[in-house]
Amino acid sequence: MSEDILALLKENVIQGRATRDDEGLMGDMAGQPAVAELTQEALKKHINLEKIIKEGLTEAMQVVGDKFSTKEFFIPDMLASAEAVTKAMDILRPHLEKSGVESKGKFVIATVKGDLHDIGKNIVAILLRGSGYEVTDLGTNVPEEKIVDVVRESQPDFVGLSALLTTTMDSMGDVIESLKKSGLRDKVKVLVGGAALSEEFAKEIGADAYCLDGFQALDVIAEFKGGA
Amino acid sequence: MPREGILVQAPYRRMTGEQVQQIHHASMELLTDPGMLCFNRQAADIFQASGAEVAPVPDSDTSCWLIKIPEALVLKAVESAPKTVKLGARNEDNSLIMHGDEPRVFLVSGSETNFWLDVAFETYVKKSSPGVELQVPEFQLRRGTVADLCRAARLCEHLDTLDAFIRPVNIQDKDVTEDNKDVNKYFASLNNSTKHVMAGLTTLSQLDNLVKMAELIAGGKERLKENPIISFITCLVKSPLQFVDDTTQTVIELSRRGLPTVVSCAPQGGTTAPIREDGIVVQINAEILAGITLSQLVNRGTPVLYGAVPVRARMDNLHDSYGAPESSQYNIDCVQMARFYKIPCYSTSGVSDVKIPGLQSSIERMFSNTVTMMSGPQYLHCAFGLLENNLTFSPVQAVLDDAHFQMIKFFLRPPRIGEQELAQSLTQIREVMGTAQKLYIRHIRRLLRSGQLSPPYPFESEGLEDNVLALAGQRMEELLSRPVEHIDPATTRRVFEEIPGILPRLNTYEGGEHGV
Repeated sequence: MSEDILALLKENVIQGRATRDDEGLMGDMAGQPAVAELTQEALKKHINLEKIIKEGLTEAMQVVGDKFSTKEFFIPDMLASAEAVTKAMDILRPHLEKSGVESKGKFVIATVKGDLHDIGKNIVAILLRGSGYEVTDLGTNVPEEKIVDVVRESQPDFVGLSALLTTTMDSMGDVIESLKKSGLRDKVKVLVGGAALSEEFAKEIGADAYCLDGFQALDVIAEFKGGA
Repeated sequence: MPREGILVQAPYRRMTGEQVQQIHHASMELLTDPGMLCFNRQAADIFQASGAEVAPVPDSDTSCWLIKIPEALVLKAVESAPKTVKLGARNEDNSLIMHGDEPRVFLVSGSETNFWLDVAFETYVKKSSPGVELQVPEFQLRRGTVADLCRAARLCEHLDTLDAFIRPVNIQDKDVTEDNKDVNKYFASLNNSTKHVMAGLTTLSQLDNLVKMAELIAGGKERLKENPIISFITCLVKSPLQFVDDTTQTVIELSRRGLPTVVSCAPQGGTTAPIREDGIVVQINAEILAGITLSQLVNRGTPVLYGAVPVRARMDNLHDSYGAPESSQYNIDCVQMARFYKIPCYSTSGVSDVKIPGLQSSIERMFSNTVTMMSGPQYLHCAFGLLENNLTFSPVQAVLDDAHFQMIKFFLRPPRIGEQELAQSLTQIREVMGTAQKLYIRHIRRLLRSGQLSPPYPFESEGLEDNVLALAGQRMEELLSRPVEHIDPATTRRVFEEIPGILPRLNTYEGGEHGV
């Protein structure tokens, strides 16, 4: 019985259906229970929380990632699945806190000072949440002082900095310098991304990694965690 | 259900209504002054019997007449020429129905080249870094054969955007003669494609054999009339303003039999026609109308297409330059003239000047194909795979063309704007504005698999390399490996029994090497 619910949950994550109203990939699934309803159902049946996350959510996201890499799925599909997982995590969070299960990691993300572009940053945030990370999104045009303050207070594992413009990408270096001055640089991994950036630029400013897109960000984080 | 083609909602026009009238009146003038030279006695007699002024041309080496065609005769022919023409197909779902006043475009391959361009992808090693290998296309030209024609028909059968088939390669096998060429080229095409097949006649002596073959395949004389699976293209006028003897006779015979025919003219701006737009357009319009008039005098109501193949000359070698923007201008003007007469239009685009597939070929073709399609010709001979000023057929280029036509056809879809659509969009915008991320990406999913979003370019490379040709080559091989629906065994047997001259190797059911 629990296997049936988890299989349905997995299928609905793959279909990117957060709630009952969602139509799914082929537009023919509206009205059927989706990730939110199935997660509630799993809780009612007292299915183990870690089992729900592993077999219902994480394994589904792996399938979605594989389908994306073979071009069967596209970014909208990935995002829909990630949003569905976020929905499930919102429902599970109070139960996880009660039972002492920890999130995969804390991630602070921001578009740096002077830059208002946030499409890429938002996509990365959705993907990270959908992959089980606890994400604090500071928004756009964020001064380095604010980022440093948040890092100091919430002690994240990762900071993600985004910029689209060549005129604002230098602010990323300022953030890293400020983290150094505040003695926080060694406590957090800094990932940078944005259309104007490159691997070389990331090295130049002392970032830990350059991420071409959200999916690469997930891989990079997994590598850091594996190496930790 | 016939093929849908693409209906161009607001066709591009170069000429104003007044300019169209001016071209029309100037063409009428040309048909009486200087009039048409005619090297075919029967045509001269037909015109004379119909009230045209016909006089022998003195001091001519061959029999030649000068025909002054009065406007009334032309207008009567324009009136009697069908405004709707159906071209049938072995699979009737592949039929084309063309209305002269409706800018619905059908895309057609051809026309005949002498050379087939093979491509092989060889691996090269970088001298300075032996670990680096590169796939480089190597091209080889060879004379076309009947086996190549079978392959071309099979390939074209599987190109989604291609609506009808004109053979892109001439069959030059040793055992193909003038007397058996027509039956072989039509049979090879019909047996490997269920789309409409159009071709030019090599010799009039084979016409009755061809018609009999088409009747057998279509299911009888009446069925062929209802579903004309074959049609003809005949260039009866040599520019400027001369009825040629043999092709004029062909048009007379095709018209007598009521077979769908493209009455085509192919003046070259700069050599056989003025290079200026007004000059070449007025001349070709007069030439085509003269041909249509002859067809209608022979048999009122016989189906014809207004066949425009105007092209500008290259200044370095006087070859046809289909890649020149002027050639597209000429063609678009002709589309407007045909629509003015409400006669379905055969138009030309897409031939590239360059010898091999690549950047130049794709740029030239995308340009002329897009602008000419935008003008809304009914039957666009857009030269799938043709290169080198119409001398070479490259199947890889044909595969590229199919991908590019997908893009053009997508672009030409009419906008979906209406109260219902706008209400949906407003709801969506309000919904997204109420979210934290303010992204519309999630809403794309409804459209993603519905065919309402254009797909990415199918031959895109991952990195800094250019693999377009290699990927198109793979696609070509995949398409050629797909089966086609051949003519059934009983009909094939009758065709081989009753139609002389068809090469045994084309017989699908008797171990024919090119039949399958």
